[in-house]
Amino acid sequence: MAITGTRHWAALAGGVTALAVALTGCAGGSTSGSGGGGGEKTITWLVDNTENTVAYAEQLAKDFTAANPTIKVEVETRPQGGEGDNIVKTRLSTGDMADVFSYNSGSLFHQISPEQNLVPVTSEPYMANVSDSFKPVVTAGKEIYGVPVGTGNAGAVLYNKKVYEKLGLSVPKTWSEFLANSRKIKEAGTDPIIQTYQTTWTSQLFVLGDFANVAKADPNFAANYTANKAKYATDPAAVKGFEHLEEAAKAGLFNKDFASATYAQGLEKLANGEGAQYPILSFALPELKVTFPDKLNDIGLFPLPGEDASKNALTVWLPGGVYIPKSTKNLEEAKKFQAFIASTAGCDSQTKAVGANGPYLVKGCDLPDDVPAAVKDMLPYFEDESKNSPALEYLSPVKGPALEQITVEVGSGIRSAKDGAALYDEDVKKQAKQLNLPGWN
Amino acid sequence: MTVNTAPTVSATRPRQAEQPKRRKGKSAYPYWFYLPAAVVYTALFLIPTFASFFFSFTRWTLTDFTFIGLDNFVQFFQEPALLKGLTNTFIYGVVTSTLKVVLGMLLAVLLTSQIIARGYLRSVIFFPVLLSSIGVGIVFTILMDPSKGMINKALAVVGVEGPAWLVDPAWALMSVALVDVWKGVGLATVIYIAGIVSIPQEYFEAAKVDGASSFKSFFNITLPLARPATATVIILSLIGGLRSFDLIWAMTKGGPGFTSDVIASVIFKQYQAGFYGLSTAGNVVLFLIVTAIILPLSMFLNRKEVEQ
Repeated sequence: MAITGTRHWAALAGGVTALAVALTGCAGGSTSGSGGGGGEKTITWLVDNTENTVAYAEQLAKDFTAANPTIKVEVETRPQGGEGDNIVKTRLSTGDMADVFSYNSGSLFHQISPEQNLVPVTSEPYMANVSDSFKPVVTAGKEIYGVPVGTGNAGAVLYNKKVYEKLGLSVPKTWSEFLANSRKIKEAGTDPIIQTYQTTWTSQLFVLGDFANVAKADPNFAANYTANKAKYATDPAAVKGFEHLEEAAKAGLFNKDFASATYAQGLEKLANGEGAQYPILSFALPELKVTFPDKLNDIGLFPLPGEDASKNALTVWLPGGVYIPKSTKNLEEAKKFQAFIASTAGCDSQTKAVGANGPYLVKGCDLPDDVPAAVKDMLPYFEDESKNSPALEYLSPVKGPALEQITVEVGSGIRSAKDGAALYDEDVKKQAKQLNLPGWN
Repeated sequence: MTVNTAPTVSATRPRQAEQPKRRKGKSAYPYWFYLPAAVVYTALFLIPTFASFFFSFTRWTLTDFTFIGLDNFVQFFQEPALLKGLTNTFIYGVVTSTLKVVLGMLLAVLLTSQIIARGYLRSVIFFPVLLSSIGVGIVFTILMDPSKGMINKALAVVGVEGPAWLVDPAWALMSVALVDVWKGVGLATVIYIAGIVSIPQEYFEAAKVDGASSFKSFFNITLPLARPATATVIILSLIGGLRSFDLIWAMTKGGPGFTSDVIASVIFKQYQAGFYGLSTAGNVVLFLIVTAIILPLSMFLNRKEVEQ
């Protein structure tokens, strides 16, 4: 640029300022308005785009409008996983969030700066309906911010009961029983353990699903972990998850195409008995129900086995929450909708849409008798608190983003278990620093 | 990512051509004529560039930030995947640009010869350039499936057991690089075609009269006189290779594990995890690396051009 005179600079500065003003104006005006006139209002609800979620969300929206004819709920969808996290964070920080939105509870909930972005609902009357075990995972500081939607889930081994029956196997309680079972299954010509590394998140279950065993062996692990005092690589109980993955891989117990198989292919293998055991989240059950309805009751569930049969516990995933962003212009309607979700009518609505895939965390919500076999296997663990533990991500905000790549490497034999655990300890440092946790700087 | 690297290309090349002209006298336009472009440039390029330099020194959540000095850079260089990412980026850039130069040159020689359906063949080779990288990535992911993919099935017919391509740690990066070459070689070919066509026919005729073989004509006439085209192809494909991301992300997401991670995918993962300050620092590093490689390279290649 060859501008020399001061007048030209002034013109340039003026132009830039005008542009800046125009941009600010845009940002202010773009917040989505309240819907149609005449006493009728429309609120928007952002959910993830899994078939299951969309199905129950649409049903909830419909039933809510039936009960509150003046309020319509419009369901918006977003992608899952990291991409979805991005969208939620960006929309929150630009003040462009829907009137209510569903998002994970636990560590991911802490990453969206709840105190700054969300409306606290601690003293709302409908919070009395919410189960006490759910409240801590949507609490930041002293305030509660969400109500549960969906059901409790487990990170466990889904297994094909027909394969087990045919070979006369019983459900393993310890890791060595699990390996013994797996060897027998392999001899019979079936893939003992299904792994699907094309869908990377599925590789984490050996580590994440083993957490209940860690928590029973060392009840203070989560607190020490948050305080930078316990590490995966050095804690003898915690490193087991990585070691088990390595051991199973070395013993050749995975399906041959583990590196290129996808989650959907894994479910297919499990359903038609090509593979016997699949460590996965029980979120898979509604999907099995849609794709293989007649095979659903062939599938059972057991917790990932640890060293001690008497302490074998189930790792539990709590449902996500429904939150109200501070940017909403329809606060009253949004709260009414939250109240509906946290009521027995809300549970019934979800069961009607997708069936019951686990226990609800709303008081008074009972499960129908015809729940899938795997859900029945899960319930005894849910009912007895000594037999379950929430997954680490609900007890500690420290969760590294690269665990799925690390477990793929350990499971593929690219990296040793010890190395993988140490690398994950490095990975979580970034998260802890970003959250400004004490003890990490 | 793209914002940072783009100026280096445009800034280095036209300089020699334009500067003498401007020095001669006053500009042809009144200053206000520059204003719209200046506003756009400031708002969309200058401010974001300086803002990104600033935010790379902070811990940033998009809404508020804490100044933490060089911590992000320290953290970024301690990133376990980074060393792998750096070497992979370098390998990827060199492999793709070398193959594009060699194949592009050979294809251009073929397509400037007197063959039938020349126009059609020229457009066919250029066609992949027009496709979306994501689409190409998804299609090749299916084709390269180790057991069900068409490539390995075809190899099996002739009795060769193909590698596991994208899911074999030893092959993953090379597989993506090969697809990148398939997709990008058309552009290199077109540049070479232009370069070769502009060589005066008299040289070839004179060489023929002197009894030069076709190999000699190629190495002594075509190759040296197509040097400007070679410079362009190398620079374009090296920049493309160094900041390559879309194809890698569509095909392997840096996997299996971290084995095909490049700098851009490492940075993207930081951004995805919400480490905005850290990923901005990564972008600054990427910008500096690309500049450090491309600037001297382009000066070197262009100087040779002038000497001739």
